[in-house]
Formats: sequence, C-alpha cells, structure tokens
Amino acid sequence: MKNYINYVAATLAIATLTQCKPKSASQVVTGDAASKVYVAPGKYDEVYNFVSGGFSGQLAVYGLPSARLLRVIPVFSQNPENGWGYSEETKPMLNTSHGFIPWDDLHHVALSQTAGLDDGRWVFVNGNNTPRVARIDLKTFRTAEIIELPNSSGNHSSPFLTENSEYVIAGTRFSTPLDGNNDVAISSYKENFKGTISFIKVDPTSGNMSVPFQVVMPPFNFDLSRAGKGPSHDWFFFSCYNTEQANTLLEVNASQRDKDFVVAINWKKIEEYAKANKGRVTTSKYAHNVYDDKTHSATSTISEGIVQFDAAELKDMIYLIPCPKSPHGCDTDPTGEYIVAGGKLAATIPVFSFSKILKAIEGKQFDTEFAGLPVIKYEAALYGEVPKPGLGPLHTEFDDKGNAYTSMFVSSEVVKWNIKDLKVIDRKPTFYSLGHLMVVGGGTAHPYGKYLVAYNKITKDRYLPTGPELSQSAQLFDISGEKMEMLSDFPTIGEPHYAQAIEASKIKDGQVRFFKIEDNKHQYATKGEKESKVVRTGNRIDVYATCIRSHFSPDNIEGIQLGDEVYFHVTNLEQDWDVPHGFAIKGANAAELLVMPGETSTLKWTPDRIGVIPFYCTDFCSALHQEMQGYMRVSPKGSSVKLVWSLGDFSSDAPAAAATK
Amino acid sequence: MNRIRPFFRWLVLLASLLLAGVYYLPIWSIQLWAPQYPEGLEMLIWINNLSGNVDVINDLNHYIGMGKINIDMFPEFGFMVYVLGFVIFFGVLTFIVNKRFLLYILSGLLVVAAIAALVDFYNWEYYYGHNLNPMAAIIIEGQSYQPPLIGYKVLLNFTALSMPSYGGWILFGSGGSLVFASILEIFKSKREKKSKINV
Repeated sequence: MKNYINYVAATLAIATLTQCKPKSASQVVTGDAASKVYVAPGKYDEVYNFVSGGFSGQLAVYGLPSARLLRVIPVFSQNPENGWGYSEETKPMLNTSHGFIPWDDLHHVALSQTAGLDDGRWVFVNGNNTPRVARIDLKTFRTAEIIELPNSSGNHSSPFLTENSEYVIAGTRFSTPLDGNNDVAISSYKENFKGTISFIKVDPTSGNMSVPFQVVMPPFNFDLSRAGKGPSHDWFFFSCYNTEQANTLLEVNASQRDKDFVVAINWKKIEEYAKANKGRVTTSKYAHNVYDDKTHSATSTISEGIVQFDAAELKDMIYLIPCPKSPHGCDTDPTGEYIVAGGKLAATIPVFSFSKILKAIEGKQFDTEFAGLPVIKYEAALYGEVPKPGLGPLHTEFDDKGNAYTSMFVSSEVVKWNIKDLKVIDRKPTFYSLGHLMVVGGGTAHPYGKYLVAYNKITKDRYLPTGPELSQSAQLFDISGEKMEMLSDFPTIGEPHYAQAIEASKIKDGQVRFFKIEDNKHQYATKGEKESKVVRTGNRIDVYATCIRSHFSPDNIEGIQLGDEVYFHVTNLEQDWDVPHGFAIKGANAAELLVMPGETSTLKWTPDRIGVIPFYCTDFCSALHQEMQGYMRVSPKGSSVKLVWSLGDFSSDAPAAAATK
Repeated sequence: MNRIRPFFRWLVLLASLLLAGVYYLPIWSIQLWAPQYPEGLEMLIWINNLSGNVDVINDLNHYIGMGKINIDMFPEFGFMVYVLGFVIFFGVLTFIVNKRFLLYILSGLLVVAAIAALVDFYNWEYYYGHNLNPMAAIIIEGQSYQPPLIGYKVLLNFTALSMPSYGGWILFGSGGSLVFASILEIFKSKREKKSKINV
C-alpha cells in the first residue's frame, strides 16, 4: 500500500513538472486565422512575396496571405526543369571569370524603387559565393542580367538600392587581398586585406547594370545595408563586424570589441567625386551576362579593369559610428530619420538619428580615427536604445504606423516596438530561430503593412518528418492590430534569408503572356513548318525545328553520324498563353528544353551510339501530347545514309485549300 | 404629298449616317469557351476583315480536321464596302429628295441585304463545318460541326456563341427603324388616300 502511494505521488510530481514546460507551438494560433489566409479557388492573393532561396540559388515567389508557392525563378543555379543553364541560350548566364558555375547562394532581395516606393519593374538578388548581382524582369519573371563583382568575396552586403534605383550597392563579406597583390600571407591580413563596396549603376529605362567604381574599405566584414530615404536620400548605411580584423577563429576573435561600426556613406558625394577623379584602375576581370527577349539568347562578356577609390581619400564622405557587438541588420525607417542596427550579440537595439549624425559631423564630435576614417561619438549619433528587446536582434522592418519589428534569432521571436518612444509593444514566438523578417513594402518610404513574414532556420517538429534533411520555414503574421497575430506556417525552398513583398496590382497586369513570333530574332529561329530543315556543316548539324500542338517538324531525321554534334533549335510556333512545349532526347547529357510560345531554344546533343534515337515533348500540351514525338537515325561515321528529314503528310493547312473554294 | 413626315425624314438621315459606323466596328462576333479557355476566345467579323484569336481557333480546329479560317475564304469582303456605301448614299438621297417611295426602296434594300448576308453566312458555316479532313485526329459524329448562326451551341469541350457585334447592332437598329418608319408611312399614305376620296 505504501509503495502504491509513493507511486501515485511520483506520477503527480512528474505531471506537475510537465506543466512547467513552455507553451507548445500549436497553442499560438487563435481565433479566425484560417479565414484570413484562405484565398478561395480562382481568387488571387493580395501580394507577391519574393523569397530568397539561399543555397538553392533560386528565387521563390509566394502569394500572400495564402502562402501558395507560385513559382521558383531560376537565377544562379542550373534548373533542369526548364533547361536554365543547360540550353545553349541560357548557359552564358551562368558564366563568370572562373568559367561556368552551376550554383550559388542567394541571400537578399531588393525590388526596384521609384521615389522610395516599389515600382514592380525588377527585383535584384545577390549571389553570395561567387559574387554576382542578378536582375530579374518582373514582366517575364526571368533572370535578365547577371553581373559579377571583382575584388569581392561573400557578396553578403548586397544588393541594396537607392530610392530611385540609381545604384545597387554591394559590400563584400570577406575582406581579401585585392587583384594585383593577391599572393600574400594570410597573417598579413591587417596590411594587405581590404573590403570593397561596389557601386552598380542601373540604367533607368533598360535596367542594365554596370560597375562604374568600387570603394576600397578597411578589412571589415560588411554584413547588411540600407539606403537612406527622404532627408537621408544621399546616404547609405552599412553594418560591419570583425573590426578586430581577425583572420582566424572569427567566432571568438571577431567578437572581442564591445562595439563594431555602422558605416555611413554619402553616395551622392562619392558619385560626384568619381566623376571628377580618375581613381585607380585594376586589372580585375568580371563577367557581364545579359539575356535578350528578342534573340531569346544570353551573351556573356568578360570585362577587364575596374575603377577604385580608397576610402581614406573620400574626405567628408565616409563616417564610422560605433555600434554594439557585431551588428547584422542596418535599417532605415520610412521617414529616413532613424537607422536601426541589430547587434546580434548585443543586449539592446541602438537607434541612430540621421539629423544627429549630420550635427555630429558638422560639430566634429569625433572619437578618434579608425583606418583614416572619422569615428562619430556613439552618444552624438544615438537617438536611443530599445532596452531589453530580446536576445540576438538581427533585422528590423517597419509598418505604416511608426512601428518597428525586429527579429530575435536567439530568443526566437518577433518584437514589435515603437520608433518614437522605443517601447516594446508586443512579442510573438517563431518556430524556430528566425533570421530575416519582412513587412509588405517594409523597405519603402510608405510601407503597405498588414502582413509580416518571419523566415526561420530550424523546423524540427513543425511538419511531418522527412529524414535528417528538413525544409526551412516561414511564418505569416497579421500586423494590422496592436498585437501581432500568427496566421500560418509554411515550408520554403532552400534557405530563406531576406524577402520582399509588393502589392499584386503593381505586377500582375504587366505580364508577358507569350513572345510574338514575328519579333523572334534568334539566329536559328524557324518561323513556319515549311522553313524547318536540317543543315550539315562539317560534323555540326543544325536542326531548324518547330513545334505546335501536337507535332514537331521535322519528326524523322536520317543521316546523322557518330561523331556529329547536333544542335536542335526548337521554335515554339504557338501564339497563345500557357502553351509551352518541352523537348527531350534519349541519352542527351543535358536537361530538357521548355520552350515558351514564340521562343527558340537549343539543345546540344552528341550521339554516343548507332541506332534510332527517339525524342518527344515533355510538357503535356494537348490531348495528343503523347503522340508528339520523333526519331533520329544515327549511322556510323562515313555512312552513305543521306541527310533527310520529313514530317508526315497531314498538315493543318490541308483542308484550308479546299475551303477557299 | 408623298413626302416623308419630318420626324422620319430626319430618322432616315440619322440611320444612314449611323451606318458609316459599320466601317469602323466589328459586325459579328463568335465567342468560344472551354475549360482550358475560361477567358474565352473570340473571332470578330468586320466589313472587310477578321480579327481576334483566329490563329488560336485555327490551331484548335485542326484536331477535328476543320480548315484554317482566313480572309481569302470570304470574297464578300471585296464588295461589301461598296454595298454599304451605296446604302448610305441612297439614305442621304432619300433624305434630300424626301419621297416616300425612296424610303420604301431603302428599307427593302436593307432587308434584302440583311437576309442575303445571313444566308451567305449560313452557307459558309455549312461548307466550313461539313468539309472536315477525314485524316483528323478526332473524328466527330457525322463528320460535321457547323458553328451556330446565332445563339449558343456546344461541341466537345467548347461552347460557341454567335451574335451580332456593335456594327451588326447598328445594321439591325438602322434597318429596323427604317422598316418601322416605312410601315407607318404606308399606313399614313393609305389614310391620306382614303381622306382624299372622302373629300
């Protein structure tokens, strides 16, 4: 009996302990969250959400509030699904000064702006590993341009845009020795290593990018950035860490100083300086890849020589502001007056005042100099600190009501606070450990507000388990009220870092539905079945092929020989929305082609054996899709089989002759 | 006497001038819907041209062996502009000369032209819908699909709607009002004759 009582007591004790555990995730959602994210079949989402794919190298497009994945836009990584980086036309897009690279790590997203507002024309994204910036055209949702950045490594502080998309700014994460003086001891970091900030000019009509110059900075690690707005329009603010200038065990060595820096840069003055001065031209090589919607082809040009200016020579243009421990985010509020830095190891969130920064510069309220750059006194630039916001503040965005939202990586929560009085208003957990967050239009002068999305690094028990490798996640919040309300939770592709969102109305009506066949300027375009042909030039064979529901022309080819290189140029003759045709050849060492209406794409195929090789359409195009196929005969080298091609008798023109009477 | 009453005389001018609009507006529209085409496809017939999604419709029609629709199939496009021009000219002449018998001829002309156009359109549809390529992938029942002359018709996954467009409505409106005016004028003329006799 006594044993029995002990047993009951022990059970009760354990039950009591269990109740002390934190609230479970499923208890967070309340009320009518479901109805707020329900977008009925046939209805559209309210906003487009462009979400970085991290190590997938691609850009995901979600609709909000439903969180439905609308599309994954291939950018830096080959995408066999539609032949991106496999077709002859798109291979040059992934060219770099290192040659063809099939992958990158895409972190940040910047929608083009006009007068401080998202204009829905382009979205810029960064390639982190082999430093590049890409521009995606939002009329076609395709990558239109990729430019490589020399003297940059770990292109993390990128891409960030000025208020009228004048410049995209890209700061380097790794400082390295610069081109021309590369072969140095790693331990000579402080003398030989440099950081760079690249200025990428954006043509206001075409969007085409160029790099007029780079600013050579002390060897810090640049992390994130934001352009000023309104009164601070001429300025850029960067966060940086490793001001200790360590070259090993940064985890410890770059966390020693009590304060790192926010770097304030007057880009307008630097632009003028760059126009008036020559600067140093280095021999750096970099690739510039442009895709043309008329030729349906990309070109890759390797440029040489980049203009550099040393930070120290840019007097009165660059200032350092001390900022608590290893800041990550560095965000300007919609008014352009406040700059919020998130010191990821700090206990507070410092908020700097732009007008105070200007006064401090005017009154020369400097601490010292660091690497030849004036350091503004912390208190002279500070508007105030948000006390005890949470642990590990990373990144801040803003709503339309004067509130800020900061992601807390370590304490895994979103914290809402008021910019004016710096008081915390609300905090909500995320699952788990969010990095970036975003508010719709949160980077603009007039945020749309309403929704906030937190992008998380750890999902563990959130979804049905899928072995050791799990998806990452995003959580959607309604921020229209005083308190934030979690609405839904969805898995993402790759690893989501930063994201931006824009009202659907700014994009959806400008979409290209198909390419006009008469505008097709592709060198190997075939604009009618009668023009289809096969041409041999030495051991190169060019097939001028067409496709239309539901056949290829030609669909029988003989006279190909082992040792030939066959270029299949497939033109989709359809002139209607949503009628792509796919194209795949058995045994081809490449991906398929997915050819949009009016477009020409090329698959290179090197036959490796004698025989009859089939090809077919891979995109279910019509009721007779399964009939859309053809054969190629491969004969031995020097065979007497003649080069012939054909398409069966029935053509859609046949009865038309009769009908004309 | 034998003059058109002023209200109708001005109506004749208005109706005739309105007909000029037919040069600039589509006369007939054929619309198609299918599950895959929720936005619908449309072919517009103008006085001397075709427009709309003709190419897309042609691509679809080849499945059942229908011919390609193109403007060469319609020799009518060659002379319809002159017929309409003559009608407008005759209308203005009727207004100027202001004789009832001219109004009667004008109305008759419009009625005959409208009937002829509809018969012609039906004949084309019959021919087009009954000359299907026997090699077609889909052999439909009776090897015929005649589009509707006016109104709805369902074939396979498509619902077709054939009806007048703006120009067609102007033709019907103008023609109808002239016929209406003619009838009232005929009654009036009869009454006038009677009263003359009575006097």
